[in-house]
Amino acid sequence: MRSVPALGVPVGTLRVLPVRAWNIRALVAGPALLVGPLLLFMAAFYGYPVLAMLARSVTDPHPTLANFAQLAGDGVFLHVFGNTLRTALVVTIGTLLLGYPVALALSRMRPTAATITLTLVLLPFWTSVLVRSYAWMVLLGRRGLINEALRALDIIQTPLKLLNTSFAVDIAMVHILLPYMILPIASVMRQIDPSLPRAAAGMGATPWGAFRQVILPLSMPGALAGTLLVFVLSLGFYITPALVGGPRDLMLSQLIAQQVDLLNWPYAACLSVTLLGATLVLLAATQVLPGVRGAFRLGSR
Amino acid sequence: MKNRPPLLLLTSLVLLFLALPIVLIVTVSFSSAVYLTFPPPAFGLRWYRAYLGSADWLASTWLSLAVAAATVALATILGTLAALGLTRLPRAVRTAAAALILSPLIVPGIVVAIGIYYAFSRWGLIGSPVGLVLAHTCLAVPFVVTSVSASLANFDRRLEQAARSLGATPWGAFRQVTLPLIRPGVLVGALFAFITSFDELIVALFLSGSGAVTLPRRMWDDLRFAIDPTIAAVSTLTIVFTALLLGGAHVLRQRTAR
Amino acid sequence: MDGGLAPLAAARVGRGASVSLVDLEKRFEGVGAVRGISLEVASGEFLTLLGPSGSGKTTTLMMIAGFETPSGGDIAIDRQSVVGVPPHRRNIGMVFQNYALFPHLTVAENIAFPLKQRGVDRATRAARVVEALQLVRLPGYEARYPRQLSGGQQQRVALARAIVFQPRLLLMDEPLGALDKQLRESLQLEMRRLHADLGITFVYVTHDQEEALTMSDRIAVVNEGRIAQLGRPEELYDRPCDRFVASFLGESNFLTGTVRGMEAGVVVADCAGAVLRAVAPQGLAVGSAVTLSTRPERMRFDGVSGAAEGNRLRTTVTEAVFAGERCRYLLRAEDGTMLVLKEPSSATTRRRAVGEVAEITWPVADTVVV
Repeated sequence: MRSVPALGVPVGTLRVLPVRAWNIRALVAGPALLVGPLLLFMAAFYGYPVLAMLARSVTDPHPTLANFAQLAGDGVFLHVFGNTLRTALVVTIGTLLLGYPVALALSRMRPTAATITLTLVLLPFWTSVLVRSYAWMVLLGRRGLINEALRALDIIQTPLKLLNTSFAVDIAMVHILLPYMILPIASVMRQIDPSLPRAAAGMGATPWGAFRQVILPLSMPGALAGTLLVFVLSLGFYITPALVGGPRDLMLSQLIAQQVDLLNWPYAACLSVTLLGATLVLLAATQVLPGVRGAFRLGSR
Repeated sequence: MKNRPPLLLLTSLVLLFLALPIVLIVTVSFSSAVYLTFPPPAFGLRWYRAYLGSADWLASTWLSLAVAAATVALATILGTLAALGLTRLPRAVRTAAAALILSPLIVPGIVVAIGIYYAFSRWGLIGSPVGLVLAHTCLAVPFVVTSVSASLANFDRRLEQAARSLGATPWGAFRQVTLPLIRPGVLVGALFAFITSFDELIVALFLSGSGAVTLPRRMWDDLRFAIDPTIAAVSTLTIVFTALLLGGAHVLRQRTAR
Repeated sequence: MDGGLAPLAAARVGRGASVSLVDLEKRFEGVGAVRGISLEVASGEFLTLLGPSGSGKTTTLMMIAGFETPSGGDIAIDRQSVVGVPPHRRNIGMVFQNYALFPHLTVAENIAFPLKQRGVDRATRAARVVEALQLVRLPGYEARYPRQLSGGQQQRVALARAIVFQPRLLLMDEPLGALDKQLRESLQLEMRRLHADLGITFVYVTHDQEEALTMSDRIAVVNEGRIAQLGRPEELYDRPCDRFVASFLGESNFLTGTVRGMEAGVVVADCAGAVLRAVAPQGLAVGSAVTLSTRPERMRFDGVSGAAEGNRLRTTVTEAVFAGERCRYLLRAEDGTMLVLKEPSSATTRRRAVGEVAEITWPVADTVVV
């Protein structure tokens, strides 16, 4: 049909739209006006400041990579970096050992018990890191709860030095990061079809066998997500080690803050690039691993 | 599957481990003793009185509330608009924009803090509440964007089309249909933005100077000198305050899920 | 009614809008979803766009409503081009798949929504809502929320909302798709009644051929972005123009063969080991390949009452299924072509057994070239 009888007009005279211009304007212009203000705001007050600071690592005093080259032979840096990795590793293992059983139990609870448990897990999650670090200062201090209790029981005579040690950092960080381990594992376990372990039992698996051969492998993505999340967050911890840690076992964040106080910007920037780089490399690994991405929606603080 | 006793025992111990420090803080805050002793010899409101009687503590509290309120206003408006725009952007642009907007969740706090300190000190924003609000907005916006995006993901775009076909202008459709339906997500995002700013310490350590000492900053300063149970009282109040806000967020989420 | 608002259900000739689609095209990232659709919908007509999913029927509807911009061609409503007119100024009623009722508004607020956009005062709005609910037979449901209604009730509210502002054109996108069969059938009848009462133009999109046959004045069968055939339901059913229409609209038997000759609008062909005749609108060259199509329910076993002379074929029964109102037989012709025959069931007709050899007959008038 080349013309419309009812209209009595040949087709050619009817309006045909200029397609491209219209579509692109409709598709992009509106959204850009919505997203634009935030992007500009963040570029000005977050993106630019952080990048300008990081740039000092390679531009000071003139364009150079010498600052990074020096890190390799820098005893202080190597000690702090080693200590940071050690702390992150210990905290990660600690949260995994304590968190996995909780997530497993959580997945098998009735709704009411599960709600109570989840609330107990989430309450510390939303209590500020500062307050929780303070709580550990109270617990671990020379006249803190633990020392007083041990003395009252006559197990020790002089108070133990618990506060301002790397042990204090480890336990306080395990406490603070435990929810970040429990929640991803629990969310993966919730998605496991409950008939699967039953099917395994039906085929003759013992409860332990059903767990080891069905639940454990299926919950691995959650455990992996939790592990990476906790490790990455541990690397950047500042408040807790500063409050409960010792003066000798600094974390990377503390060293950075110290250098900023000394106005040693090139060195602080170098350390920041290292910390950020380690974080991004680990996160990039999570993007490759299947089943891990969703668990990172939790956000972090 | 039932939970076996050893697993339940272990779980209970871990939950105790999680709850104990917080229970301890609350208990200590009601102590009558000058020093931190546990269990307290007697209970009283002594440290709450100390808090309420201190002009410094109260000034910091008001400052923190004001900074958080301003942060909520900025982060909610910017974040909600951005979330609305993000869903309509071409995929590649959306991914890049989301990477910038959500990156404060990933970049270590100390790196963000000293970066902001580095630039803001040149702009004369140290010791100024304005500097804190600008920085806190960047940290809080990811929570607004994720929360609003989540409610937009549940939002059926056909409802907007239906409104248009029934005669609503684009703005009318947004105001009468889209906004009421994503409002719970916006409010939850606003609450998280508030908590983020109210609890924020690392940026405040560098930006507060002496002119804008927020509540966490004052707690930090006090902790470095002596462990005074006033901090326990303040901590308890912030725990209660946060819990109330989260309770509100929970109710809102339930309503969204409906 | 006062205030210039006529009652909703006052059938008037010419009340509906006419719709013209001219060489309408829509490409998504270069891929053509609609590839040149031209169509005239008359004022007050009930026209159905029928096609499989992905055929472009919904995209066409979305372009009429204004939610998609055509890549080419034109859309005119009442001979006025509407391309470029935003959806809210087109004054077209629309019922969406899954209804798109506003979950935060009550039934009354949903239905009053279009009136509010048009600045109708509160009292008139309330009166019109009551009237619209009566029209869709759902009086007294004003204060409910959509989630408190069943699927069928939601459907009626969506309908009420789409007609309460007296549009002259109503678009419907698979409005019955989510409902069960029984409810669908009763709502089909009601939709027809509403169409008659309102006198406005309906453009209806569905993939359900039975729905299209039951309700439409005319059906446009859409396939791969083009109109395969346009006509009244019985025309399409009895005279499908090609193999796609013949198989999409009901069931068909296809017999391939060679043209032997022509006899006054009838083609004679060698098919399946027999000489068969079929209605042929235009002449076909002797010796060319041809496919004949017949509906299974138009075929009969030879000698049964109602069997008509015409075409005749010798077959073997390979499968017999009793399906309540009819028996369904799968038959093999001598050249191996498989055919389906549907016989109305009756206690008096003899059932054929598998393996039995049976002659079947059917009228030439029920045989078409596709």
